[in-house]
Amino acid sequence: MDKHFAARRRRDLIIAAVLAALAALAPLFVKNVYIQNIMVLTLMYAALSQSWNILSGYCGQISLGHALYFGIGAYTTELLFTKFGVLPWFGMLAGGGIAAVIAMGLGYPFFRLRGHYFVIATIVIAEIGLLLFQNWEWAGAAMGITIPVRGDSWLKFQFMRSKLPYFYFALALCCLAWFVTWWLEDSKWGFWWRAVKDNPEAAESLGVVVFNSKMGAAAVSAFLVAVGGAFYAQFLAYIDPESVMGFQFSLLMALPAVLGGIGTLWGPVLGAAILIPMTELTRSYIGGSGRGVDLIVYGTLIVLISLALPQGLVSLLSRSKARGATR
Amino acid sequence: MGLLYGLIAVGLALIFGLMDVTNFAHGEFLMIAMYASFFLFTFFAIDPLLSAPLVAAAMFVFGAIVYLLIVRFAMRAKANAGMVQIFTTFGLAIVMRGLAQLFFTPDYRSIPQSWLAGKTISVAGIFLPEPQLVGALVSIAAFAGLYFFIHRTDFGRALEATREDPGAVALVGIDKNRVFAFGWGLGAALVGLAGAIMAVFFYIYPDVGASFALIAYVTVALGGFGSVFGAFAGGIIVGLVEAVTALMLPPSLKSVGIYAVYLLVVFIRPRGLFGSM
Repeated sequence: MDKHFAARRRRDLIIAAVLAALAALAPLFVKNVYIQNIMVLTLMYAALSQSWNILSGYCGQISLGHALYFGIGAYTTELLFTKFGVLPWFGMLAGGGIAAVIAMGLGYPFFRLRGHYFVIATIVIAEIGLLLFQNWEWAGAAMGITIPVRGDSWLKFQFMRSKLPYFYFALALCCLAWFVTWWLEDSKWGFWWRAVKDNPEAAESLGVVVFNSKMGAAAVSAFLVAVGGAFYAQFLAYIDPESVMGFQFSLLMALPAVLGGIGTLWGPVLGAAILIPMTELTRSYIGGSGRGVDLIVYGTLIVLISLALPQGLVSLLSRSKARGATR
Repeated sequence: MGLLYGLIAVGLALIFGLMDVTNFAHGEFLMIAMYASFFLFTFFAIDPLLSAPLVAAAMFVFGAIVYLLIVRFAMRAKANAGMVQIFTTFGLAIVMRGLAQLFFTPDYRSIPQSWLAGKTISVAGIFLPEPQLVGALVSIAAFAGLYFFIHRTDFGRALEATREDPGAVALVGIDKNRVFAFGWGLGAALVGLAGAIMAVFFYIYPDVGASFALIAYVTVALGGFGSVFGAFAGGIIVGLVEAVTALMLPPSLKSVGIYAVYLLVVFIRPRGLFGSM
């Protein structure tokens, strides 16, 4: 059993390296800016979903308030940049740090809650954050912040002419989130989290410090999501509370992981690779008329996929593999 | 206002609170109920107050159909049933919003003249707007009715038993799907009632549900899952807190008070005020 596990982990790492290399080469063949844009978003959502998965999938603490950390990452970066001239790279780390500290501060009271009470608390706290930012004059209130154009440079992480630098950063972030998950899966933390998810009482009695392991998961998850938020802000060059902290974001972050397979290593990547292009394509080909047909198609697909594959798309792969093995 | 939140929440208290099924489309149920009474008024000139029972009956059928066609299958999922429920109902909510945009356009609509609109009544020197007053009375009646229904009838017992242990219930000859379809129908009918009354004094547009749905979840959770009385108390508290917050903070921040009170309550009592689950 142990040998299988080690072999599977080595195989996962190789597959990931190959996929990352292929993705890195993709811009050589794809010159269309619209499609490049979709690829950036896909990678970003894969990274976000992977980070969300650490707390909600592995550790089983379903959060529908991760938009809070996303928004904190975006706002910290842009406030530091526009008000104090701090480079986005430092802002990104600062945002991640602040988000991680807030996640732990919130975790202290929140992790006593169970089930729906916990989920609603996460929604509510993100909503409070949204309302506060909408009313915070210094931070642009509901109007948001427009990031001043200072010319293309890696130093300021700002590129007007090409989307490629954003693409590579999103790819790197996605790889980082994947690698962190991969690494944690086999660590003491990874085993603790799964134990906490399956049966917190039993885990506690076996010496797992349930509370601390939830805190660890929350901090890692929030940090990565906030870095994603910082990236998104630089990518759009404009942020406002609703577009980086809205409830929709919390759901959009969770959706790829759920469709791909919650609590699995490959679920978020797989889910994002299918869901995000689908979303963008329905929006641009059917939507635009403002008549909501894109919403109908999109919603129907979500309903059908979640009903047909409750354990996510990953379950399809492992099922066919299991069948192959018995043959 | 609190009793109105209570009225929206009472249907959710049944579906979410008593049957333990997450319904993220609750706000959209409210939205279509409001449209239903809007169109009954525009085309047939039936006052929302009269059409309320019609809307509730239609919503009953709609809720039961949603359960039988969609939710039934979402509950069957063995692994992470909670997430499957969240996202199937979320997908349903998106579809309903899309349909509303397609057929009803995103325009804001309102019912200009109804029996109650703009009238006030004076009780002991205090002027109260009639629509809200009627809403409050209907709300109290709905809660009393639901309370009686859950605690005094065979159906109520069957519902609770089904949630506790569907397997054992099947052994004594109760059809789980029939009980839950009826429960969903009833929950939708209650929100239909709320929609019909709110149509009198709120703008009607495809996204209207979203603004009330979160407060409805908070109301149910504040009162505690599994308690009808809790949802009623939750509604009153939410209304009071909102009124007090509106006095102290700018109107755009009035919901912050509600959310803060929810957090405070569950930190002290992790199962809500009167929750049993």
